[in-house]
Amino acid sequence: MTAAIATEGLTKSYGSVKALDNVSLNIEPGELFGLIGPDGAGKSTLHRILATLLKPDAGKAAVLGLDVVRYYSQLRDRIGYMPERFSLYHDMTVMENLRFFASLFGVNIADSYPLIAPVFRQLSKFPDRMAGKLSGGMKQKLALSCALIHRPEILLLDEPTTGVDAVSRSEFWDMLGSLREKGITIVVSTSYMDEATRCGRIAVIDKGRVLAAGTPDALTRHMSGKLYNAVASDMFGLLTRLRKMPEITDCYTFGSTLHLITTGRFDPAGAIGYLKAEGIADARIYPATPGIEDIFIQLTRDD
Amino acid sequence: MTILRSLIRKEALHIVRDRRTMVITLVMPVVLLLLFGFAISTEVNNVRTVVVVDRHNDQTRDIIECLQVNEYFSFVGLVADSDVERLLRDGDAEAALYLRTDVGLTSAHIVVDASNPTSAQAAAAYLQGLTEGDAKKIAVTYTLYNPQMKSAYNFVPGIMGMIFILICAIMTSVSIVSEKENGTMDLLLVSPVKPTTIIIGKLVPYFLLSCIILAIMLLMAYTVLGLPVSYTVMTVAALSLLYIILSLSIGLLVSALVSDQVSALIVSAVLFMLPVIMLSGMIFPIDNMPAALQWISCAIPARWYISAMRKLMIQRLEFSHVIREFAILGAMTAALLALALGKFRSNP
Amino acid sequence: MIKDKSPYAITVCGLTKRFGSFTAVDHISFDVAQGEIFGFLGANGAGKTTAMRMLCGLSRPTSGSGMVAGYDIRTEPEAIKRHIGYMSQRFSLYEGLTAGENIKLFATVYGMTDSAIGRATDEICRRLDMADMLSTLVKEIPIGWKQKLAFAVSTIHRPGIVFLDEPTGGVDPVMRRRFWEEIYRVSSEGMTVFVTTHYLDEAEYCDRVSIMVDGRIAALDSPDALKIRYGAATMDEVFRTVARDATRNE
Repeated sequence: MTAAIATEGLTKSYGSVKALDNVSLNIEPGELFGLIGPDGAGKSTLHRILATLLKPDAGKAAVLGLDVVRYYSQLRDRIGYMPERFSLYHDMTVMENLRFFASLFGVNIADSYPLIAPVFRQLSKFPDRMAGKLSGGMKQKLALSCALIHRPEILLLDEPTTGVDAVSRSEFWDMLGSLREKGITIVVSTSYMDEATRCGRIAVIDKGRVLAAGTPDALTRHMSGKLYNAVASDMFGLLTRLRKMPEITDCYTFGSTLHLITTGRFDPAGAIGYLKAEGIADARIYPATPGIEDIFIQLTRDD
Repeated sequence: MTILRSLIRKEALHIVRDRRTMVITLVMPVVLLLLFGFAISTEVNNVRTVVVVDRHNDQTRDIIECLQVNEYFSFVGLVADSDVERLLRDGDAEAALYLRTDVGLTSAHIVVDASNPTSAQAAAAYLQGLTEGDAKKIAVTYTLYNPQMKSAYNFVPGIMGMIFILICAIMTSVSIVSEKENGTMDLLLVSPVKPTTIIIGKLVPYFLLSCIILAIMLLMAYTVLGLPVSYTVMTVAALSLLYIILSLSIGLLVSALVSDQVSALIVSAVLFMLPVIMLSGMIFPIDNMPAALQWISCAIPARWYISAMRKLMIQRLEFSHVIREFAILGAMTAALLALALGKFRSNP
Repeated sequence: MIKDKSPYAITVCGLTKRFGSFTAVDHISFDVAQGEIFGFLGANGAGKTTAMRMLCGLSRPTSGSGMVAGYDIRTEPEAIKRHIGYMSQRFSLYEGLTAGENIKLFATVYGMTDSAIGRATDEICRRLDMADMLSTLVKEIPIGWKQKLAFAVSTIHRPGIVFLDEPTGGVDPVMRRRFWEEIYRVSSEGMTVFVTTHYLDEAEYCDRVSIMVDGRIAALDSPDALKIRYGAATMDEVFRTVARDATRNE
């Protein structure tokens, strides 16, 4: 079985800035694949190359076994692409937008409706509202409906959840899960590290390079050094004290706790004693499970 | 075909829903035509003139009599040489005519207030005509093609030359570039629609809009402004359609060169609007320009359009007299369109 | 900087904003203590932006009252603007100017003298360790640094309170944490911080958090108290429980 998406040594520069630097990835059919990285990591550039909008400077990319540069016109019927910003016509209504994109691909809305129904259902209550007047979550659902209107085999979503609140974001990932069950290969980029767990496999990207790729579990299992949580009432004081300890290679805030990355010599009881001597009496230190964010911090700190 | 139809329908929705731009687009040509037709005039009337005469004779009396009856002048009076400067400076007189008789021959000197060069030039020319040779004969002047010397006639082609650049070039480029800015151009490009179809879908609605404006302007020119209707109307329309297509190509070219709406506006305005106003002969006659500018003006499409329109609308000449302009505009359109399409395909 | 010695940097009572028949902000009341880090959360369309614009003196309330930095939001919006700092993710710095030019521009806007500007510039360079970026165009500065610089610029006039509208959107985890360390620093110096974010782990860093739903404040307390009340392990769960019933997300 050929890979749904395969890239090899993909490189693209804008002037002196390397947006993509030797990116090689394999994405299997039916995967929900996440590109995780901050703004400027190269996620959008990779998406634009896969969507046949941009030519790479070097390297190759094949989607559904077809080279994106040579067979771009054959691919366009088979790829659904949702750009980073909300890119629909603000001065057209919900239905006008949907109908317009259906006509571009020469499809009937009725034929595609079973596929888009879970996404479009809430929108169907106000078909005549201007797209520009929709809330963030609804705009995103309309954009996804339009990207799905021609029943693509591959769905490329560039930061669909940026600027969207946590509830809508969670709903959106639920929808992606159900689309995946219908056999669509989905590549989605995000700067929210916590969303990595919703993907089957991920690639952690920074400064145009793939730092690591695999299932979220596999990546966190390979975290080097043991990870601990630390809490105290004076969190800022705790942070500055812990950073002075040589057995702690890194210490940073993580939600309501601090995460400590430690060397083999670290002893939690000893650390609590040291903190007591420093005037922090109520510190607690206990083992933590690493997340993708920990992996990212470790991978980017290594260079 | 269904794709093209829905692209055009979409563009029409944008145009119709952007009420403000729509109103400006339709009202501006009307306002400009009325403004130049009635309010702004370059004709010279009632130039206040004083006369200084050292020795009266039949000839000087004739000239003064002519001044008094001529509607271009209002005769302020006979004054002494020493008063002239004060009168001109205070604005009580705009022109002074010195008549000196020496050995039976009367010679004339003309002094005009040139703080407004246009009226000064005209006044000097009229006075010159009045004093040269037989004064009575000069009082009758024949003006061809535009017997009442209405400036409106002269301006109609110029305004049309400007409006089409404005609407076609600026609106087309801004509407394409705004799709680039919003990211919708990407969505169009990743769909199976061919770039050429996207372009045609953009051009057709603005072409139709321009046709409506052309109809409005021609209707106004031939009715409200009273341009004489003649058999050249069809040629006028054909020439204008060619010019509209040319302007659309300019808009397309601009949109391929820039990537945000502000640059599109600035490039269209500076590169295309200003030359139309300054160098096309719309306001300043090309013959009076320095040679270098005359050469540059040859590259400006509006120059050829305006010149042909004057021949057709005012002189009412036949098609054969504007073949050169047609050919030049046609060649320019083909070149611009080819360039723009090439640019758009390689760098959409 | 602060006109009176009120223990509160912000007090709001029954603040309401209507647009026609639509009530964007519906009778919200809360206080923010001096030096507090106050997280202002809410679903998209809940009315966060409208409420924040009223607090910054950019928009007049339809009804209700409020004091910010000791000034009345109804009658003294101009005084408020002089005494607060504001930073948003969408616009914070002029991309076409260098870092140094941005600092000078905003300092001048707030009426600082040349010598004070010089001192402030030196301090920013030292604290953010970016002396070598002073003559770099802002658009060429990496986003994490840019956000920290924007924050320094928005507090250059030492305001009593600073409003941060999604300051860390799209910033990588390492830089996001450094940004929060800056927030802690200004807070420990007594500055009040009013911040919105979509990263719910950041809500944990706040002293107190409010969650807006459909124009009202549906929950307001310290992160720990909220987690206990809603039986949740994280603020993410709290937020989802509170915001799930929103009807306005259309």
